[in-house]
Amino acid sequence: MTVVENLPSPQTERPIGFGRLKRKEDARFIRGKGTYLDDIRLPGMVHGAMLRSPFAHARIVSIDTSRALAHPNVAAVVTAKDLETLGLAWMPTISYDTQAVLAGDKVRFQGQEVAFVIATDEYSANDALSLIDVEYEPLPAVVNARKALDPDAPLIRDDKAGQRDNLASPLWEAGDQEATDRAFAEADTVVSRDIIYPRCHPAPLETCGMIADFNPETGQLDIYNGNQAPHAHRTVYAHVAGLAEHMIRIRCQDIGGGFGNKVPVYPGYVCAIAGSIVAGVPVKWVENRSENLMSTGFARDYVMHAEMCSKDGKITGLRVDVIADHGAFDSTAQPTKFPAGFFHIVCGSYDLQAAHVQVKAVYTNKAPGGVAYRCSFRITEAVYLVERMVDALALEMDVDPIDLRMRSFIKPEQFPYETTTGWTYDSGNYAETMRVAMEIAGYEDLRREQAEKRARGELMGIGVSFFTEGVGAGPRKHMDILGLAMNDGADLRIHPSGKAVVSISAQTQGQGHETTFAQIVAEELGIPPEDVEVRHGDTDRSPYGLGTYGSRSTPVSGGAVAIVSRKVRDKARLIAATMLEARPEDLAWEKGRWYVKGDPEKGVLIEEIAERAYNGEELPEGMEGGLDAQVIYDPPNLTYPYGAYIAVVDIDPDTAHVTVRRFIAVDDCGVRINPMIVDGQIHGGLAEGVGIALMEVITFDDEGNCLNSSFMDYLIPTALECPDFELGETVTPCPHHPLGAKGVGESPNVGSPPAIVNAVIDALHATHGVDHIDMPCTPARVWAAMQGRPAPPQ
Amino acid sequence: MNVSISINGERITREIEPRLLLVHFIRDTPGLTGTHWGCDTSNCGACVVLLDGAPVKSCTMLAAMAEGHEIRTVESLEVDGVLDPVQKGFHELHALQCGFCTPGMMMTARGLLDENPDPTEQEIRTAISGGICRCTGYKNIVAAIRWAAEHPNGVKEEVHA
Amino acid sequence: MQTPAAFDYERATSVDGVIASLQKTGAGARVIAGGHSLLPMMKLRLANPTHLIDINDLGELSFIREQDGEIRIGALTRHVDLLKSELLARTFPIFRDAETVIADPVVRNRGTIGGSLCQADAAEDLSAVCSAVKADVVIRGAAGERRVSMEEFHVGPYTTAVGDAELLTEVRIPVRPGAGSAHEKVERRAGDWAIAAASAAVWIEDGRIAEAGVALSAVGLTTIHLSRAEELLRGQAPSPELFAQAGEIASSDCSPTADGRGPVDYKRHLAGVLTTRALTRASERARSQGVGA
Repeated sequence: MTVVENLPSPQTERPIGFGRLKRKEDARFIRGKGTYLDDIRLPGMVHGAMLRSPFAHARIVSIDTSRALAHPNVAAVVTAKDLETLGLAWMPTISYDTQAVLAGDKVRFQGQEVAFVIATDEYSANDALSLIDVEYEPLPAVVNARKALDPDAPLIRDDKAGQRDNLASPLWEAGDQEATDRAFAEADTVVSRDIIYPRCHPAPLETCGMIADFNPETGQLDIYNGNQAPHAHRTVYAHVAGLAEHMIRIRCQDIGGGFGNKVPVYPGYVCAIAGSIVAGVPVKWVENRSENLMSTGFARDYVMHAEMCSKDGKITGLRVDVIADHGAFDSTAQPTKFPAGFFHIVCGSYDLQAAHVQVKAVYTNKAPGGVAYRCSFRITEAVYLVERMVDALALEMDVDPIDLRMRSFIKPEQFPYETTTGWTYDSGNYAETMRVAMEIAGYEDLRREQAEKRARGELMGIGVSFFTEGVGAGPRKHMDILGLAMNDGADLRIHPSGKAVVSISAQTQGQGHETTFAQIVAEELGIPPEDVEVRHGDTDRSPYGLGTYGSRSTPVSGGAVAIVSRKVRDKARLIAATMLEARPEDLAWEKGRWYVKGDPEKGVLIEEIAERAYNGEELPEGMEGGLDAQVIYDPPNLTYPYGAYIAVVDIDPDTAHVTVRRFIAVDDCGVRINPMIVDGQIHGGLAEGVGIALMEVITFDDEGNCLNSSFMDYLIPTALECPDFELGETVTPCPHHPLGAKGVGESPNVGSPPAIVNAVIDALHATHGVDHIDMPCTPARVWAAMQGRPAPPQ
Repeated sequence: MNVSISINGERITREIEPRLLLVHFIRDTPGLTGTHWGCDTSNCGACVVLLDGAPVKSCTMLAAMAEGHEIRTVESLEVDGVLDPVQKGFHELHALQCGFCTPGMMMTARGLLDENPDPTEQEIRTAISGGICRCTGYKNIVAAIRWAAEHPNGVKEEVHA
Repeated sequence: MQTPAAFDYERATSVDGVIASLQKTGAGARVIAGGHSLLPMMKLRLANPTHLIDINDLGELSFIREQDGEIRIGALTRHVDLLKSELLARTFPIFRDAETVIADPVVRNRGTIGGSLCQADAAEDLSAVCSAVKADVVIRGAAGERRVSMEEFHVGPYTTAVGDAELLTEVRIPVRPGAGSAHEKVERRAGDWAIAAASAAVWIEDGRIAEAGVALSAVGLTTIHLSRAEELLRGQAPSPELFAQAGEIASSDCSPTADGRGPVDYKRHLAGVLTTRALTRASERARSQGVGA
């Protein structure tokens, strides 16, 4: 790994390279000049609206579209029958299942797509929905994952030949069962817990939508869409719709948040495309918030049973059994060889003797999905599980939860560390990060304050979580999605004037790529970031890659951009040698300039080299003109950011209302390209963790009615629920990443919910004997725990 | 019905259905898509504009109700190339990521500072509690509004990509 | 976004004009003020009026004043004005308590007291506030004005005594010496409906509670008026034990239903805790009356 200098250019005070640089993309957003999907209007454009099932499980007896078709502003009403003639009634999912685009035989979750109306305007399209008459024959629904495999549970996927039950994905195992049994047999202490990570939802502020514009004369399909992986989507549409891939162009302009919600291909997209192909005009479909919450990719919904053991004061073993609720169709998004995602990183940050994990997935009459919301492919579930179990074990052993962690951590000298479930962690100094968190928090003072408050009957809790996660998927030999290797490309062109354009595969939804990727080029080549244009989001103008989710932008696309910049720098060296009449090996580099070793006055700037690359003057033997390069980066491994989080909560002893008073987060994501942007990413993820821990949940009644299908019932924290986050950092570079960077976007959502739940239990254990509570820790649920009563039904 | 609505000092007259929501009236006006929407139930604040100087949720008003009042949208903040201190503060303090909640947050901030030029952190958090941000965790938004309070004079500076 | 069904629209220029329009149009007509209860319901197609009468121009219905021994509040008075009113903060600080936790500051710029009361959602805070302070409301119809107590006003869930061709115009609260009032609410998140809320007002003369008003939000099909608690309190000297007893009455006399905010037992418990807290604060304020909230 090359050590990168971090020196500002002498010509300017602004960092040229890594550092706290204000964002380039702000210019349009602060003026309200972003271009989000619903902002785009095309000539002749019509509007789609989706009719959805009110029932969670029902046979469709008949669909009568005549009244809707009679509406003067309605152009078409599409049903499954119409899509069947196009071969589009069902579509493949990322998990190699199939999903109905429009329901034909049955509806299988409340909110499922049943018919698609196309009208002149949005208001008319919405009106037309109530003019479509669907007759349903309701069926019993199953919404509890534990009940889904009961022998008398209704069969949901009777569309699949040979499907006799609601098993979506067979049992998947990792680790060593025998070694784990031995560890438990030899243990001093064993604890067990049933732990649920409830269903929640990424709910980005901008809902999902698409404009599909098919030109029948040219055969070109133009798609405008906010999605997190445009190239992969293009390939999927080519397969699904039988279209020529090179004639499909997807443009993702500004996206109002993704968080994994904009990874899947949704039925609304396919209907918009089908509508445009048939009608020959642009079709816009934008979902409303209820549709977003009821039908798009939810997150989590893991029902877990775990046991953890210790010996001689150190954690030694872990076994976990999971039922994963995938909803009515298995559309979870993860690399092919990892049907449970990266859940088996559940051994966490500890030097375990052994671990064993098994996960099976079931169908239920709920919306499809599961992998989303900054989850790093199920690492949110894994870290929540292991960090809750460590605290449970600490309670049982009557030791401080930080002491137990410190004693059990993987030690710095053990890296690269191979876990018992097959991960190779790259680098880490866990104890140091934990110490920094304790210092910022004033841990000893907090414990003193807690004791004083307890004596007065006040409830205060301190909760800790320490996480290691794996991001940056990933090496092509292990990681593909739908057969597409998880590599990213980068194209870098330096123009004769020395200005640069770097085209990347990553797809920002707010992460600041227009700034940070310019900073990488700036760091490597010394071209000021304002002279580096980052091009992305247009499949015609950016290299193939797998997009942005799983915190992979910096590890993969960032690696690609570093390497492509170095390729350019290497070519520049050769040109510089010719310009300086020296040998290439006699040149040294300082940011922006090749110069003769021992004679620093004698050098050429990168801008001068660029000009030379294009003008008519002599170039080295055999070299083509221009100063461009292109790479596809295949990362050798994931990267493993980690962090130590401490939450301080106060609980009203009478109302059981929980307030997060303080939250301390110390992240180690390796080298930080732009610390300002890193901090911002962490703030946002921590707020999501507050939401998940205290209030965000998608629940259903026994008939499968979704009870949280608006922002009145799906509660997201406001500025009043979020504390003033206190951040710290340690920097342990990634040894295999070209920049030493690891990626950070999901870490705060991974690490924060367990810290908050651990804090709630810490507040209540001594006085009320609470040793577990499931999220969300609403006042009602906390109160029930305090009374020793079972939690109210989810 | 015919309505005539003053938006950013300009009178816009159009034939509309009575049920047209103010947010749609605004967004249907060329150049005024900076006002966004994010929910169905008046919770998210992406649609906030100023009505006679006070922040309101434009998704929960009929366009017809705005006749006779002054509407100000995010596009009115920058005047003759001079950014409003709120815009400048948001940029300085990294108070935006995806930018979707930003117009609503900035208009709420503008309304707050016009009434209370020196708000405390708690007053700021309360003022923006009618809006949801998924990206920033609010910390930098609060800091940006404080910055704007402390730098009340517009600064003519280049903020370009 | 979800959008409302079509309707006709008119802008009212006088109260009498509103009443005449309501009479003419009949059952399909609705009055719209702040619109933050009605418009979301219309978007979700839960309410589908054919005719909307916009009363936002009726400035004569927006006021807060002291007159003839009463605090009088016009029905069109916005939540933000109730929150800011120094007159109310001085005489009935329960309004500022409640307004601080009703919806959010942006919604409060539009929503009105009349709209909130007429929506008659059991979880709505101002209904319980007005009940506790012994308010009457003034309703005007073709036949003229009538004055109605809060008990008579609350007919049932989402149903009030305001007839089809009538308009709520005013809230009137008698001013008596020795007043103290407070509102206590627990919610899952700022701006959410109450899981439970308690409104309490006491009038203390010679160290005894001469009159009391206690009402609950969100723990019944409609606002719960705790008459048994009021009976208990009348004539007694304020004390923690007395207020704890009132809390017990609150727990048993409410009729909450289980929902996403909580199960029945928790809501009953909260009703009791918050009633005790509201009474305690109300009585402290009564004692320091005139010194501020």
